[in-house]
Amino acid sequence: MTAAPDPLPSLRITYDDGVTGRSATLRVWRGDATGGGFVDYEVPLQEGMVVLDAVHWIQAHRAPDLACRWNCKAGKCGSCSAEINGRPALLCKTRIEAVMRPTDPVVVVQPMQAFPIVRDLVTDVSWNYEVNRSIQPFTPAPGEQAPFIIHEADIARVEEHRRCIECFLCQDVCHVLREHQGQAQFFGPRFMVRLASLEMHPKDVADRLPQLAGEAGVMFCNITKCCTEVCPEHIKITDNAIIPLKERLADRQFDPLRMLWRRLRPVPMAKPPPPG
Amino acid sequence: MTWEGDTDVLVIGAGGAGMRAAIAAAEAGCQVLVACKSLLGKAHTVMAEGGIAAALGNLDPEDSWQVHFGDTMRGGGMVNNWRMVELFAHEVIDRVIELEQWGGVFSRTPAGRISQRAFGAHSWRRLAHIGDRTGLELIRTCQDRLVHTPGVRVEMETTLTRLLQHRGRVAGACGYRRDTGELVLIRARAVVLATGGWGRMYRITSNSWEGTGDGAAMAYQAGAELKDMEFVQFHPTGMIWPPGARGILVTEAVRGEGGLLRNSQGERFMVRYDPIKKELSSRDVVARSIFKEVQAGRGSSHGGAFLDITHRGPQAIRRALPSMVEQFESLAGVDITKEPMEVAPTIHYTMGGVNVDAETGATTATGLFAAGEVAAGLHGANRLGGNSLGDILVFGRRAGEAAARDALGLGHRPDPDRRQAEAEWRLLREPLERAQGENPFAMHRELQEAMQSGAAIARTEASLREALATVGELRARAERLAVPGGPAYNPGLSTARDLRFMLTVSEAIVRSGLERRESRGSQWRLDFPERDPELGQVNFVARGAEGDQMAVRPVPIEAMPAPLRHLTEGETRVAATALADAADRRQSAGRTNRGDR
Repeated sequence: MTAAPDPLPSLRITYDDGVTGRSATLRVWRGDATGGGFVDYEVPLQEGMVVLDAVHWIQAHRAPDLACRWNCKAGKCGSCSAEINGRPALLCKTRIEAVMRPTDPVVVVQPMQAFPIVRDLVTDVSWNYEVNRSIQPFTPAPGEQAPFIIHEADIARVEEHRRCIECFLCQDVCHVLREHQGQAQFFGPRFMVRLASLEMHPKDVADRLPQLAGEAGVMFCNITKCCTEVCPEHIKITDNAIIPLKERLADRQFDPLRMLWRRLRPVPMAKPPPPG
Repeated sequence: MTWEGDTDVLVIGAGGAGMRAAIAAAEAGCQVLVACKSLLGKAHTVMAEGGIAAALGNLDPEDSWQVHFGDTMRGGGMVNNWRMVELFAHEVIDRVIELEQWGGVFSRTPAGRISQRAFGAHSWRRLAHIGDRTGLELIRTCQDRLVHTPGVRVEMETTLTRLLQHRGRVAGACGYRRDTGELVLIRARAVVLATGGWGRMYRITSNSWEGTGDGAAMAYQAGAELKDMEFVQFHPTGMIWPPGARGILVTEAVRGEGGLLRNSQGERFMVRYDPIKKELSSRDVVARSIFKEVQAGRGSSHGGAFLDITHRGPQAIRRALPSMVEQFESLAGVDITKEPMEVAPTIHYTMGGVNVDAETGATTATGLFAAGEVAAGLHGANRLGGNSLGDILVFGRRAGEAAARDALGLGHRPDPDRRQAEAEWRLLREPLERAQGENPFAMHRELQEAMQSGAAIARTEASLREALATVGELRARAERLAVPGGPAYNPGLSTARDLRFMLTVSEAIVRSGLERRESRGSQWRLDFPERDPELGQVNFVARGAEGDQMAVRPVPIEAMPAPLRHLTEGETRVAATALADAADRRQSAGRTNRGDR
């Protein structure tokens, strides 16, 4: 078979790699559950480089075994959570220029501190998945069948909560979990958002308030709003999820008339959620 | 140290297809084990932004499954598996409603029904969506359903790298756990591949590290057929600047919402390439048009085109495209409500894959099923935007049900050949034993350069031959890979194995691309620029042959029944370019008046 002549001289493309000629020092925590420490890597800077680009450069050129989770590299999957200069952030959305002083070009990268270490920048976040399983899923009224009629205004409220990409940075920064290891008492901000998205779904009829008052521990949150500050999706976790949940609970638990009524007629507050 | 497990149905991959398959298999009464390379909910499905195409007819009552069928066949260059398209166009409607029943949330029409948006080469407004993060909504809805379905167990960060056989059928798989490096063997009565596509062998791609073609390469090794491998989709609009963001997806919803494409001279060039559908032409056409503009010297400074949505106003843009606003702001320092985006084509999706039966997803290897991007047939030579989220639900469910039937009907216990697993485990660990050798990341980059130059958007016999030669050379060098460190969470070690998958899949892409001596859909051969009607009657199928060779042969497409053929006649109409057209008129008038540009 004779090939037709090649009409283009070459399809090779040259790329502008935005080389700046400058460099930064990435001070990366390396180690595992038995211990570790910081290691410095000199990384050449490209224009607009994010911290994850620098981690990839280190893997390709200096340390192929540097462990780091990542997937989409576009701020949509929430895999590359870590702490940059001590602040919880996504590696893929943090530009090096934004976290580096020109006079002292050092960027400190370490794993999330609220979770057990696996290796280097990777932590064990499996506890979050266990919590999620304990929350009763979406439950429409018996016989209620999609397609539903729902108005946009009712969607807007839950839409914010459903933007969550489960990066768990809010869990990392929450002092109940981080400083007080309160995993047994409090589900953490991520699952307050999850509970809010279900409780506020216009077609959901399940009652999750007993769980919220019990094992989910909504009252442990004292509204410091640290979680809202680190959320890469800009979900107003405290204002739009936790406080409305606290209010719902307060309405039911601490309304003086209802309290009196309960005292006079001690009936169970509500059914506990089904197991599993 | 190894970890071994038993299950009825093993699902490899936990994107939309894997999760939907697992739910279906468990509901059919099977024990199901889902193994995925990442954490649950991080799969590539989250990157699907624009929506899920289904002829609900909520905004355009004229729409129907028949029109969706015709659009999909024409968009795919008529080499699609027409039976798959028929099932898909029918059933995707039920799958969308099912998502809503499971708690999924969609943007609404004024009457409170699921809203639908216009998209490239869809005749009517058809994409159910929520802002521009529909994939996340789908994955979260399925994830929630999955973890509350009895009989399902999920093993996260578990990479399976070889299918194992017993009595002539696929009976499990082996691999390793990423966190500990522990070796894994899973015995299963049936296996569903839902491993997604492959873009990582190209330099400019919207794919994550996971898109290395494991599933296709594993199926090939197990003797299954790979079909339509030459068809790799270039999404017209990827980010192009800064360099670290190059390739990241810019959703087609920008054009669906009225975005205009312009070249460096300010010209709305799509009017020249497709005067009717313009920006909403099919992806292959728009990607080629941008490429041609850049070749002709009318590209942006970084070699792309300008995509402008500013005319919709900040409020509408933030409502319809919130994640695009965020993405450009954080990664490029660009405010898309005020200035245009700079975009260029990026490798996005693979139409080809494992050859499957339309009804069941059964592959040509007994006991092995496949669904979603890893399977071939639905999209033909070019996928329409919005058809992938429907694909994974419709065929994920079908494959899960069929695998469950197969597993429950199997008379014997699966007892796969341990020697296959032991050989695979040696291959996985081998790079750790070499003190000196090839760097997997450096070799990966070489493969990316070769595929991007030789087998990307524009191809010639010569460019494909050059890529094939490089793939062969890299394959030899892959025997000398060396990685420092240990087996626990070692990215170098996983890249070493992934590289082999990518080499197999790259070879299939290039060999199939060489055989298809015509231009059709995503395959653009500069040396054969026209469609060849005879090649429109065949699919190319790759399969392992004697002596470790890959053989590619044409397989005739079964004739389409007349009633279906009738549906593919005529032209795809244009859903909605009114917004874009009006904006273009205003902006053009403004330019003429000012006399600039």
